[in-house]
Amino acid sequence: MGEEDRELVDSEKMISLRDLRVSYGEREILHGINFDVMRGETLVILGGSGSGKSTLLRTLVGLERPSSGQIWIKGQDIAAISQREMDEIRKKIGMSFQGGALFGSMTVGENVALPLREHTRLEDSTIEIMLRLKLEQVGLEGFEYYMPSQLSGGMKKRAAVARALAMDPEILFFDEPSAGLDPIIAAGIDQLILELKKAFRMTIIVVTHELASAFLIADRMVLIDKGVIVAIGPAAEMRASTQPRVRQFLDRVAEPEVARELDYLQMLTEERGRRAS
Amino acid sequence: MQVVSQIGGSVTNSLAYLGSLASLGGRAAYYTFVGPFQGKPLRLQRAVSQAMDVGVRALPILSLITFFIGLILALQAAYELRKFGAINLVATAVAVSMTRELGPLITAIVVIGRSGSAFAAEIGTMKVTEEIDALETMAISPVHFLVTPKFLAMIVMLPCLTIWANSMGILGGAVFGVGQADFTWVRYIRASIDALFIRDITTGLIKSVMFGITITAVGCLEGLSTGAGAEQVGRSTTRAVVMSIFLVVVVDLVFTMLFFFVSGV
Repeated sequence: MGEEDRELVDSEKMISLRDLRVSYGEREILHGINFDVMRGETLVILGGSGSGKSTLLRTLVGLERPSSGQIWIKGQDIAAISQREMDEIRKKIGMSFQGGALFGSMTVGENVALPLREHTRLEDSTIEIMLRLKLEQVGLEGFEYYMPSQLSGGMKKRAAVARALAMDPEILFFDEPSAGLDPIIAAGIDQLILELKKAFRMTIIVVTHELASAFLIADRMVLIDKGVIVAIGPAAEMRASTQPRVRQFLDRVAEPEVARELDYLQMLTEERGRRAS
Repeated sequence: MQVVSQIGGSVTNSLAYLGSLASLGGRAAYYTFVGPFQGKPLRLQRAVSQAMDVGVRALPILSLITFFIGLILALQAAYELRKFGAINLVATAVAVSMTRELGPLITAIVVIGRSGSAFAAEIGTMKVTEEIDALETMAISPVHFLVTPKFLAMIVMLPCLTIWANSMGILGGAVFGVGQADFTWVRYIRASIDALFIRDITTGLIKSVMFGITITAVGCLEGLSTGAGAEQVGRSTTRAVVMSIFLVVVVDLVFTMLFFFVSGV
Protein backbone atom coordinates (compact mmCIF):
# COMPACT_ATOMS: atom_id res chain seq x y z
CA MET A 1 0.00 0.00 0.00
CA GLY A 2 1.40 3.38 -0.99
CA GLU A 3 1.78 6.44 1.19
CA GLU A 4 -1.43 7.93 -0.28
CA ASP A 5 -3.46 4.80 0.37
CA ARG A 6 -2.20 4.48 3.90
CA GLU A 7 -3.23 8.04 4.47
CA LEU A 8 -6.69 7.29 3.20
CA VAL A 9 -7.15 4.30 5.49
CA ASP A 10 -6.01 6.37 8.50
CA SER A 11 -8.55 5.59 11.19
CA GLU A 12 -9.06 9.23 12.09
CA LYS A 13 -10.48 10.01 8.66
CA MET A 14 -14.04 8.75 8.47
CA ILE A 15 -14.66 10.00 4.94
CA SER A 16 -12.22 11.06 2.24
CA LEU A 17 -13.12 12.39 -1.18
CA ARG A 18 -10.54 12.41 -3.93
CA ASP A 19 -11.30 14.20 -7.18
CA LEU A 20 -14.95 13.21 -7.03
CA ARG A 21 -16.96 13.90 -10.17
CA VAL A 22 -20.66 13.19 -10.47
CA SER A 23 -22.77 13.60 -13.60
CA TYR A 24 -26.44 13.32 -14.45
CA GLY A 25 -26.27 11.98 -17.97
CA GLU A 26 -24.23 14.46 -19.99
CA ARG A 27 -24.16 17.19 -17.36
CA GLU A 28 -21.37 17.15 -14.79
CA ILE A 29 -22.63 18.43 -11.45
CA LEU A 30 -19.57 18.01 -9.24
CA HIS A 31 -16.23 18.91 -10.76
CA GLY A 32 -13.53 17.26 -8.71
CA ILE A 33 -14.34 17.47 -4.99
CA ASN A 34 -11.59 16.88 -2.44
CA PHE A 35 -11.92 16.90 1.33
CA ASP A 36 -11.73 14.75 4.43
CA VAL A 37 -14.10 14.37 7.33
CA MET A 38 -12.50 13.51 10.65
CA ARG A 39 -13.96 11.14 13.20
CA GLY A 40 -16.20 12.91 15.67
CA GLU A 41 -16.44 16.22 13.85
CA THR A 42 -19.53 17.99 12.61
CA LEU A 43 -19.10 19.19 9.05
CA VAL A 44 -21.64 21.50 7.48
CA ILE A 45 -21.88 21.61 3.70
CA LEU A 46 -23.16 25.01 2.65
CA GLY A 47 -24.29 26.05 -0.74
CA GLY A 48 -27.02 27.71 -2.73
CA SER A 49 -29.62 25.98 -4.87
CA GLY A 50 -28.01 24.20 -7.75
CA SER A 51 -24.60 24.28 -6.13
CA GLY A 52 -24.40 20.48 -6.05
CA LYS A 53 -24.59 20.04 -2.29
CA SER A 54 -27.57 17.68 -2.45
CA THR A 55 -25.85 15.65 -5.15
CA LEU A 56 -22.78 15.48 -2.93
CA LEU A 57 -24.82 14.20 -0.01
CA ARG A 58 -26.64 11.63 -2.13
CA THR A 59 -23.33 10.38 -3.51
CA LEU A 60 -21.87 10.03 0.00
CA VAL A 61 -24.68 7.70 1.03
CA GLY A 62 -24.52 5.74 -2.20
CA LEU A 63 -27.72 6.97 -3.85
CA GLU A 64 -25.75 8.36 -6.80
CA ARG A 65 -22.76 6.80 -8.48
CA PRO A 66 -19.70 8.93 -9.11
CA SER A 67 -18.55 9.18 -12.70
CA SER A 68 -14.95 9.26 -11.51
CA GLY A 69 -12.94 9.77 -8.36
CA GLN A 70 -12.86 8.01 -5.01
CA ILE A 71 -15.01 8.09 -1.91
CA TRP A 72 -13.35 6.40 1.04
CA ILE A 73 -15.69 5.66 3.96
CA LYS A 74 -13.98 3.97 6.90
CA GLY A 75 -11.18 2.72 4.71
CA GLN A 76 -13.28 1.44 1.80
CA ASP A 77 -13.74 3.11 -1.57
CA ILE A 78 -17.50 2.93 -1.99
CA ALA A 79 -17.25 3.76 -5.67
CA ALA A 80 -15.60 0.40 -6.24
CA ILE A 81 -17.27 -2.06 -3.88
CA SER A 82 -20.01 -4.64 -4.29
CA GLN A 83 -23.65 -4.17 -3.33
CA ARG A 84 -23.25 -6.44 -0.33
CA GLU A 85 -20.27 -4.51 1.02
CA MET A 86 -22.16 -1.26 0.44
CA ASP A 87 -25.06 -2.64 2.46
CA GLU A 88 -22.69 -3.39 5.33
CA ILE A 89 -21.48 0.20 5.27
CA ARG A 90 -25.05 1.47 5.13
CA LYS A 91 -25.84 -0.35 8.34
CA LYS A 92 -23.32 1.89 10.06
CA ILE A 93 -24.67 5.18 8.77
CA GLY A 94 -27.94 6.97 9.32
CA MET A 95 -29.62 9.58 7.15
CA SER A 96 -32.33 12.05 7.96
CA PHE A 97 -34.05 13.21 4.77
CA GLN A 98 -35.42 16.64 4.06
CA GLY A 99 -39.07 15.78 4.53
CA GLY A 100 -38.42 13.03 7.01
CA ALA A 101 -39.24 10.31 4.49
CA LEU A 102 -41.13 8.36 7.16
CA PHE A 103 -43.12 5.43 5.83
CA GLY A 104 -46.71 6.63 5.85
CA SER A 105 -48.22 3.17 6.20
CA MET A 106 -46.45 2.44 9.49
CA THR A 107 -46.56 4.00 12.92
CA VAL A 108 -43.65 6.08 14.23
CA GLY A 109 -42.56 3.13 16.36
CA GLU A 110 -42.64 0.74 13.43
CA ASN A 111 -40.64 3.24 11.36
CA VAL A 112 -37.90 3.44 13.98
CA ALA A 113 -37.93 -0.32 14.52
CA LEU A 114 -37.70 -1.16 10.82
CA PRO A 115 -33.89 -1.31 10.49
CA LEU A 116 -33.74 -3.39 13.66
CA ARG A 117 -36.38 -5.81 12.37
CA GLU A 118 -34.71 -6.17 8.98
CA HIS A 119 -31.06 -6.43 10.05
CA THR A 120 -31.02 -8.02 13.48
CA ARG A 121 -32.48 -11.11 15.08
CA LEU A 122 -33.47 -9.31 18.25
CA GLU A 123 -36.60 -10.32 20.09
CA ASP A 124 -39.65 -8.13 19.60
CA SER A 125 -39.57 -7.12 23.24
CA THR A 126 -35.96 -5.96 22.91
CA ILE A 127 -36.77 -4.00 19.78
CA GLU A 128 -39.67 -2.44 21.63
CA ILE A 129 -37.31 -1.21 24.34
CA MET A 130 -34.75 0.06 21.85
CA LEU A 131 -37.25 2.05 19.84
CA ARG A 132 -38.58 3.68 22.98
CA LEU A 133 -35.02 4.62 23.85
CA LYS A 134 -34.42 6.19 20.45
CA LEU A 135 -37.66 8.13 20.59
CA GLU A 136 -36.74 9.41 24.02
CA GLN A 137 -33.36 10.53 22.75
CA VAL A 138 -35.06 12.78 20.22
CA GLY A 139 -37.74 14.00 22.57
CA LEU A 140 -40.62 11.97 21.18
CA GLU A 141 -41.29 9.60 24.06
CA GLY A 142 -44.86 8.32 24.00
CA PHE A 143 -45.34 8.86 20.28
CA GLU A 144 -44.64 5.36 19.08
CA TYR A 145 -48.25 4.63 18.10
CA TYR A 146 -48.80 7.83 16.16
CA MET A 147 -48.94 7.72 12.37
CA PRO A 148 -46.55 10.06 10.54
CA SER A 149 -49.49 12.03 9.14
CA GLN A 150 -50.46 12.95 12.70
CA LEU A 151 -47.11 14.59 13.41
CA SER A 152 -46.07 18.20 12.87
CA GLY A 153 -43.09 19.05 10.66
CA GLY A 154 -40.66 19.29 13.55
CA MET A 155 -41.85 16.04 15.06
CA LYS A 156 -41.48 14.27 11.73
CA LYS A 157 -37.86 15.42 11.55
CA ARG A 158 -37.24 14.14 15.08
CA ALA A 159 -38.82 10.79 14.22
CA ALA A 160 -36.62 10.60 11.14
CA VAL A 161 -33.56 11.22 13.33
CA ALA A 162 -34.71 8.50 15.73
CA ARG A 163 -34.96 6.09 12.80
CA ALA A 164 -31.52 7.13 11.57
CA LEU A 165 -30.16 6.41 15.06
CA ALA A 166 -31.81 2.98 15.31
CA MET A 167 -28.70 0.99 14.41
CA ASP A 168 -26.33 3.23 16.43
CA PRO A 169 -24.60 4.62 13.37
CA GLU A 170 -21.08 5.98 13.30
CA ILE A 171 -21.89 8.66 10.75
CA LEU A 172 -25.10 10.66 10.69
CA PHE A 173 -26.20 12.61 7.60
CA PHE A 174 -28.75 15.40 7.61
CA ASP A 175 -30.35 16.81 4.48
CA GLU A 176 -31.63 20.32 5.20
CA PRO A 177 -32.70 19.65 8.80
CA SER A 178 -34.27 23.10 9.26
CA ALA A 179 -36.10 23.26 5.93
CA GLY A 180 -39.73 24.24 6.23
CA LEU A 181 -39.62 24.70 9.99
CA ASP A 182 -40.32 27.88 11.90
CA PRO A 183 -37.30 29.41 13.70
CA ILE A 184 -38.22 28.04 17.12
CA ILE A 185 -38.73 24.48 15.95
CA ALA A 186 -35.60 24.76 13.79
CA ALA A 187 -33.65 25.84 16.87
CA GLY A 188 -34.98 22.74 18.60
CA ILE A 189 -33.54 20.56 15.84
CA ASP A 190 -30.20 22.38 16.14
CA GLN A 191 -30.24 21.64 19.88
CA LEU A 192 -30.93 18.00 19.13
CA ILE A 193 -27.92 17.82 16.83
CA LEU A 194 -25.74 19.47 19.49
CA GLU A 195 -26.94 16.96 22.08
CA LEU A 196 -26.15 14.06 19.77
CA LYS A 197 -22.70 15.53 19.20
CA LYS A 198 -22.04 15.74 22.92
CA ALA A 199 -23.56 12.39 23.87
CA PHE A 200 -22.19 10.12 21.17
CA ARG A 201 -19.20 11.89 19.60
CA MET A 202 -20.67 10.84 16.24
CA THR A 203 -19.38 12.10 12.96
CA ILE A 204 -22.14 14.32 11.62
CA ILE A 205 -22.52 15.76 8.14
CA VAL A 206 -25.19 18.37 7.56
CA VAL A 207 -26.22 19.89 4.26
CA THR A 208 -28.02 23.17 4.73
CA HIS A 209 -28.33 26.71 3.54
CA GLU A 210 -29.50 28.07 6.90
CA LEU A 211 -26.55 30.10 8.12
CA ALA A 212 -27.66 30.50 11.72
CA SER A 213 -28.01 26.73 12.20
CA ALA A 214 -24.78 26.11 10.35
CA PHE A 215 -22.66 28.35 12.60
CA LEU A 216 -24.29 26.93 15.70
CA ILE A 217 -23.57 23.28 15.02
CA ALA A 218 -20.50 23.23 12.76
CA ASP A 219 -16.93 22.38 13.69
CA ARG A 220 -15.87 22.89 10.10
CA MET A 221 -17.69 24.15 7.04
CA VAL A 222 -17.44 23.59 3.31
CA LEU A 223 -18.91 26.10 0.87
CA ILE A 224 -19.84 24.61 -2.49
CA ASP A 225 -20.77 26.69 -5.49
CA LYS A 226 -21.48 25.43 -9.01
CA GLY A 227 -20.02 22.04 -8.25
CA VAL A 228 -16.66 23.11 -6.81
CA ILE A 229 -15.46 23.79 -3.31
CA VAL A 230 -15.08 27.52 -2.82
CA ALA A 231 -13.91 27.45 0.77
CA ILE A 232 -13.32 24.96 3.56
CA GLY A 233 -12.22 25.47 7.13
CA PRO A 234 -13.21 25.84 10.77
CA ALA A 235 -16.45 27.75 11.34
CA ALA A 236 -14.76 30.78 12.87
CA GLU A 237 -12.39 31.03 9.93
CA MET A 238 -15.29 30.93 7.46
CA ARG A 239 -17.15 33.62 9.33
CA ALA A 240 -14.11 35.92 9.05
CA SER A 241 -13.25 35.01 5.45
CA THR A 242 -12.55 37.81 3.00
CA GLN A 243 -13.08 35.72 -0.14
CA PRO A 244 -15.73 37.45 -2.30
CA ARG A 245 -17.86 34.32 -3.02
CA VAL A 246 -17.85 33.41 0.66
CA ARG A 247 -18.75 36.93 1.76
CA GLN A 248 -21.51 37.08 -0.85
CA PHE A 249 -23.05 33.89 0.55
CA LEU A 250 -22.63 34.76 4.20
CA ASP A 251 -23.77 38.37 3.86
CA ARG A 252 -26.78 37.36 1.75
CA VAL A 253 -25.93 39.56 -1.19
CA ALA A 254 -28.12 38.98 -4.23
CA GLU A 255 -26.65 38.38 -7.68
CA PRO A 256 -25.79 41.73 -9.32
CA GLU A 257 -28.66 43.20 -11.33
CA VAL A 258 -28.28 43.20 -15.11
CA ALA A 259 -27.06 46.75 -15.81
CA ARG A 260 -28.78 47.67 -19.07
CA GLU A 261 -32.20 46.92 -20.46
CA LEU A 262 -30.74 46.02 -23.86
CA ASP A 263 -28.54 43.38 -22.29
CA TYR A 264 -31.61 41.96 -20.57
CA LEU A 265 -33.63 41.91 -23.78
CA GLN A 266 -30.78 40.27 -25.60
CA MET A 267 -30.48 37.68 -22.87
CA LEU A 268 -34.21 36.91 -23.09
CA THR A 269 -34.28 36.57 -26.87
CA GLU A 270 -31.19 34.42 -26.91
CA GLU A 271 -32.76 32.16 -24.33
CA ARG A 272 -35.94 31.94 -26.41
CA GLY A 273 -33.99 31.24 -29.58
CA ARG A 274 -31.95 28.53 -27.91
CA ARG A 275 -35.03 26.85 -26.51
CA ALA A 276 -36.91 26.90 -29.82
CA SER A 277 -34.15 25.15 -31.77
CA MET B 1 -36.62 8.29 -43.36
CA GLN B 2 -37.92 10.14 -40.33
CA VAL B 3 -40.66 7.51 -40.03
CA VAL B 4 -38.18 4.67 -40.14
CA SER B 5 -36.03 6.13 -37.39
CA GLN B 6 -39.14 6.77 -35.30
CA ILE B 7 -40.25 3.19 -35.71
CA GLY B 8 -36.75 2.05 -34.83
CA GLY B 9 -36.81 4.24 -31.74
CA SER B 10 -40.18 2.88 -30.65
CA VAL B 11 -39.03 -0.69 -31.09
CA THR B 12 -35.86 -0.19 -29.05
CA ASN B 13 -37.81 1.65 -26.34
CA SER B 14 -40.34 -1.17 -26.19
CA LEU B 15 -37.60 -3.78 -25.95
CA ALA B 16 -35.92 -1.73 -23.23
CA TYR B 17 -39.22 -1.58 -21.33
CA LEU B 18 -39.68 -5.32 -21.58
CA GLY B 19 -36.09 -5.72 -20.44
CA SER B 20 -36.75 -3.57 -17.37
CA LEU B 21 -39.86 -5.61 -16.58
CA ALA B 22 -37.89 -8.82 -16.87
CA SER B 23 -35.09 -7.40 -14.71
CA LEU B 24 -37.55 -6.40 -12.00
CA GLY B 25 -39.25 -9.77 -12.18
CA GLY B 26 -35.88 -11.46 -11.97
CA ARG B 27 -34.87 -9.55 -8.86
CA ALA B 28 -38.21 -10.29 -7.21
CA ALA B 29 -37.74 -13.96 -8.06
CA TYR B 30 -34.26 -13.82 -6.49
CA TYR B 31 -35.67 -12.50 -3.24
CA THR B 32 -38.43 -15.11 -3.34
CA PHE B 33 -36.40 -18.23 -4.08
CA VAL B 34 -32.74 -17.50 -3.37
CA GLY B 35 -32.88 -14.77 -0.74
CA PRO B 36 -34.29 -16.92 2.07
CA PHE B 37 -31.21 -19.14 1.89
CA GLN B 38 -28.92 -16.14 2.12
CA GLY B 39 -30.22 -14.64 5.32
CA LYS B 40 -32.96 -12.55 3.76
CA PRO B 41 -36.14 -14.27 4.89
CA LEU B 42 -39.45 -13.78 3.16
CA ARG B 43 -41.72 -11.43 5.05
CA LEU B 44 -44.90 -13.42 4.67
CA GLN B 45 -46.86 -11.04 6.88
CA ARG B 46 -46.57 -8.35 4.24
CA ALA B 47 -47.53 -10.74 1.46
CA VAL B 48 -50.61 -11.81 3.37
CA SER B 49 -51.85 -8.27 3.93
CA GLN B 50 -51.27 -7.53 0.23
CA ALA B 51 -53.23 -10.67 -0.61
CA MET B 52 -56.14 -9.38 1.48
CA ASP B 53 -56.17 -6.16 -0.54
CA VAL B 54 -55.66 -7.76 -3.93
CA GLY B 55 -57.95 -10.73 -3.48
CA VAL B 56 -60.50 -10.62 -0.72
CA ARG B 57 -61.42 -6.97 -1.17
CA ALA B 58 -61.91 -7.46 -4.91
CA LEU B 59 -64.56 -10.15 -4.47
CA PRO B 60 -67.67 -7.96 -4.37
CA ILE B 61 -66.94 -6.01 -7.55
CA LEU B 62 -65.52 -9.03 -9.33
CA SER B 63 -68.59 -11.09 -8.49
CA LEU B 64 -70.96 -8.50 -9.92
CA ILE B 65 -68.94 -7.96 -13.07
CA THR B 66 -68.42 -11.60 -13.92
CA PHE B 67 -72.01 -12.48 -13.06
CA PHE B 68 -73.17 -9.94 -15.62
CA ILE B 69 -70.57 -11.09 -18.14
CA GLY B 70 -71.86 -14.65 -17.81
CA LEU B 71 -75.38 -13.45 -18.46
CA ILE B 72 -74.27 -11.39 -21.44
CA LEU B 73 -72.37 -14.36 -22.84
CA ALA B 74 -75.43 -16.55 -22.52
CA LEU B 75 -77.61 -14.03 -24.31
CA GLN B 76 -75.14 -13.61 -27.16
CA ALA B 77 -74.56 -17.33 -27.53
CA ALA B 78 -78.27 -18.09 -27.48
CA TYR B 79 -78.85 -15.45 -30.15
CA GLU B 80 -76.95 -17.65 -32.63
CA LEU B 81 -77.65 -21.06 -31.17
CA ARG B 82 -81.43 -20.77 -31.37
CA LYS B 83 -81.19 -20.60 -35.18
CA PHE B 84 -79.90 -24.15 -35.07
CA GLY B 85 -82.38 -25.24 -32.45
CA ALA B 86 -79.37 -25.78 -30.18
CA ILE B 87 -80.18 -23.39 -27.39
CA ASN B 88 -79.48 -26.12 -24.87
CA LEU B 89 -75.80 -25.75 -25.79
CA VAL B 90 -75.77 -22.33 -24.14
CA ALA B 91 -74.48 -23.89 -20.91
CA THR B 92 -71.49 -25.33 -22.77
CA ALA B 93 -70.80 -22.06 -24.55
CA VAL B 94 -70.77 -20.03 -21.38
CA ALA B 95 -68.79 -22.52 -19.33
CA VAL B 96 -66.04 -22.99 -21.91
CA SER B 97 -65.76 -19.30 -22.78
CA MET B 98 -65.57 -18.27 -19.14
CA THR B 99 -63.00 -20.81 -17.99
CA ARG B 100 -60.74 -20.64 -20.99
CA GLU B 101 -60.84 -16.93 -21.69
CA LEU B 102 -63.17 -14.46 -20.09
CA GLY B 103 -62.76 -15.54 -16.49
CA PRO B 104 -58.99 -14.97 -16.46
CA LEU B 105 -59.14 -11.88 -18.65
CA ILE B 106 -61.93 -10.03 -16.89
CA THR B 107 -60.41 -10.88 -13.53
CA ALA B 108 -57.10 -9.48 -14.73
CA ILE B 109 -58.75 -6.27 -15.86
CA VAL B 110 -60.55 -5.79 -12.56
CA VAL B 111 -57.29 -6.43 -10.70
CA ILE B 112 -55.47 -3.96 -12.97
CA GLY B 113 -57.99 -1.30 -12.14
CA ARG B 114 -57.85 -1.97 -8.41
CA SER B 115 -54.37 -3.21 -7.67
CA GLY B 116 -52.22 -2.40 -10.69
CA SER B 117 -52.99 1.27 -10.28
CA ALA B 118 -52.66 1.06 -6.49
CA PHE B 119 -49.18 -0.47 -6.75
CA ALA B 120 -48.00 2.26 -9.10
CA ALA B 121 -49.54 5.00 -6.96
CA GLU B 122 -48.20 3.65 -3.67
CA ILE B 123 -44.66 3.09 -4.91
CA GLY B 124 -44.70 6.26 -7.00
CA THR B 125 -45.69 8.36 -4.01
CA MET B 126 -42.96 6.72 -1.95
CA LYS B 127 -40.48 7.63 -4.68
CA VAL B 128 -41.56 11.27 -4.65
CA THR B 129 -41.33 11.54 -0.84
CA GLU B 130 -37.83 9.95 -0.82
CA GLU B 131 -39.11 6.90 1.08
CA ILE B 132 -37.52 4.62 -1.56
CA ASP B 133 -34.20 6.44 -1.04
CA ALA B 134 -34.64 6.04 2.72
CA LEU B 135 -35.05 2.27 2.30
CA GLU B 136 -31.85 2.11 0.26
CA THR B 137 -29.84 4.09 2.78
CA MET B 138 -31.04 1.65 5.46
CA ALA B 139 -29.65 -1.22 3.35
CA ILE B 140 -33.18 -2.51 2.70
CA SER B 141 -33.82 -3.42 -0.91
CA PRO B 142 -37.01 -1.74 -2.17
CA VAL B 143 -37.61 -4.78 -4.39
CA HIS B 144 -37.36 -7.15 -1.43
CA PHE B 145 -39.45 -4.96 0.83
CA LEU B 146 -42.13 -3.65 -1.52
CA VAL B 147 -42.24 -5.66 -4.72
CA THR B 148 -41.74 -9.28 -3.69
CA PRO B 149 -44.72 -9.39 -1.29
CA LYS B 150 -46.91 -8.03 -4.09
CA PHE B 151 -45.74 -10.71 -6.51
CA LEU B 152 -46.44 -13.44 -4.00
CA ALA B 153 -49.88 -12.07 -3.24
CA MET B 154 -50.86 -11.74 -6.91
CA ILE B 155 -49.56 -15.16 -7.93
CA VAL B 156 -51.66 -16.78 -5.21
CA MET B 157 -54.73 -14.59 -5.48
CA LEU B 158 -55.28 -14.36 -9.22
CA PRO B 159 -55.99 -18.05 -9.75
CA CYS B 160 -58.31 -17.99 -6.73
CA LEU B 161 -60.15 -14.96 -8.05
CA THR B 162 -60.36 -16.54 -11.50
CA ILE B 163 -62.00 -19.67 -10.12
CA TRP B 164 -64.49 -17.46 -8.32
CA ALA B 165 -65.04 -15.43 -11.50
CA ASN B 166 -65.66 -18.58 -13.54
CA SER B 167 -68.26 -19.73 -11.04
CA MET B 168 -70.03 -16.39 -11.00
CA GLY B 169 -70.03 -16.32 -14.79
CA ILE B 170 -71.64 -19.74 -14.95
CA LEU B 171 -74.24 -18.58 -12.42
CA GLY B 172 -74.94 -15.56 -14.59
CA GLY B 173 -75.46 -17.81 -17.55
CA ALA B 174 -77.71 -19.98 -15.42
CA VAL B 175 -80.06 -17.06 -14.92
CA PHE B 176 -80.61 -17.01 -18.66
CA GLY B 177 -80.70 -20.78 -18.94
CA VAL B 178 -83.36 -21.12 -16.28
CA GLY B 179 -85.29 -18.12 -17.44
CA GLN B 180 -85.30 -18.59 -21.18
CA ALA B 181 -83.94 -21.98 -22.13
CA ASP B 182 -85.94 -24.45 -20.11
CA PHE B 183 -83.16 -25.42 -17.73
CA THR B 184 -83.46 -25.97 -14.06
CA TRP B 185 -80.68 -24.63 -11.85
CA VAL B 186 -79.35 -28.10 -11.17
CA ARG B 187 -79.45 -29.20 -14.80
CA TYR B 188 -77.76 -26.06 -15.99
CA ILE B 189 -74.91 -26.37 -13.50
CA ARG B 190 -74.54 -30.04 -14.34
CA ALA B 191 -74.48 -29.28 -18.07
CA SER B 192 -71.81 -26.65 -17.50
CA ILE B 193 -69.59 -28.99 -15.52
CA ASP B 194 -70.05 -31.81 -18.03
CA ALA B 195 -69.00 -29.52 -20.84
CA LEU B 196 -65.66 -28.73 -19.24
CA PHE B 197 -62.47 -30.64 -19.60
CA ILE B 198 -59.78 -30.29 -16.95
CA ARG B 199 -57.58 -28.59 -19.51
CA ASP B 200 -60.14 -25.80 -19.96
CA ILE B 201 -59.79 -24.90 -16.31
CA THR B 202 -56.02 -25.37 -16.09
CA THR B 203 -55.21 -23.33 -19.18
CA GLY B 204 -57.30 -20.54 -17.74
CA LEU B 205 -55.50 -20.73 -14.42
CA ILE B 206 -52.06 -20.77 -16.01
CA LYS B 207 -53.03 -17.65 -17.91
CA SER B 208 -54.23 -16.00 -14.72
CA VAL B 209 -50.87 -16.56 -13.02
CA MET B 210 -49.07 -15.04 -16.00
CA PHE B 211 -51.45 -12.09 -15.92
CA GLY B 212 -50.71 -11.62 -12.24
CA ILE B 213 -46.98 -11.53 -12.86
CA THR B 214 -47.42 -9.04 -15.69
CA ILE B 215 -49.68 -6.71 -13.71
CA THR B 216 -47.34 -6.65 -10.72
CA ALA B 217 -44.25 -6.07 -12.83
CA VAL B 218 -45.78 -3.17 -14.74
CA GLY B 219 -47.35 -1.54 -11.68
CA CYS B 220 -44.16 -1.73 -9.64
CA LEU B 221 -41.88 -0.67 -12.51
CA GLU B 222 -43.97 2.39 -13.23
CA GLY B 223 -44.02 3.24 -9.53
CA LEU B 224 -40.26 2.91 -9.15
CA SER B 225 -39.56 5.03 -12.23
CA THR B 226 -41.84 7.89 -11.23
CA GLY B 227 -40.42 11.36 -11.75
CA ALA B 228 -40.54 14.18 -9.25
CA GLY B 229 -43.86 15.68 -8.20
CA ALA B 230 -47.47 14.72 -7.64
CA GLU B 231 -48.32 15.08 -11.32
CA GLN B 232 -45.80 12.37 -12.13
CA VAL B 233 -47.51 9.96 -9.76
CA GLY B 234 -50.71 10.44 -11.74
CA ARG B 235 -48.85 9.77 -14.98
CA SER B 236 -47.24 6.64 -13.60
CA THR B 237 -50.57 5.32 -12.42
CA THR B 238 -52.21 5.94 -15.78
CA ARG B 239 -49.32 4.38 -17.66
CA ALA B 240 -49.39 1.38 -15.34
CA VAL B 241 -53.05 0.70 -16.08
CA VAL B 242 -52.78 1.20 -19.82
CA MET B 243 -49.57 -0.82 -20.24
CA SER B 244 -50.93 -3.57 -18.00
CA ILE B 245 -54.08 -3.94 -20.06
CA PHE B 246 -52.08 -4.00 -23.27
CA LEU B 247 -49.48 -6.49 -22.02
CA VAL B 248 -52.12 -8.73 -20.44
CA VAL B 249 -53.83 -9.01 -23.83
CA VAL B 250 -50.47 -9.75 -25.48
CA VAL B 251 -49.71 -12.44 -22.91
CA ASP B 252 -53.23 -13.78 -23.43
CA LEU B 253 -52.62 -14.06 -27.16
CA VAL B 254 -49.27 -15.79 -26.69
CA PHE B 255 -50.63 -18.37 -24.29
CA THR B 256 -53.84 -18.95 -26.21
CA MET B 257 -51.80 -19.67 -29.34
CA LEU B 258 -49.49 -21.88 -27.29
CA PHE B 259 -52.38 -23.89 -25.93
CA PHE B 260 -53.96 -24.15 -29.37
CA PHE B 261 -50.93 -25.51 -31.13
CA VAL B 262 -49.55 -27.70 -28.37
CA SER B 263 -51.40 -31.03 -28.62
CA GLY B 264 -54.66 -29.29 -29.36
CA VAL B 265 -55.10 -28.32 -25.73
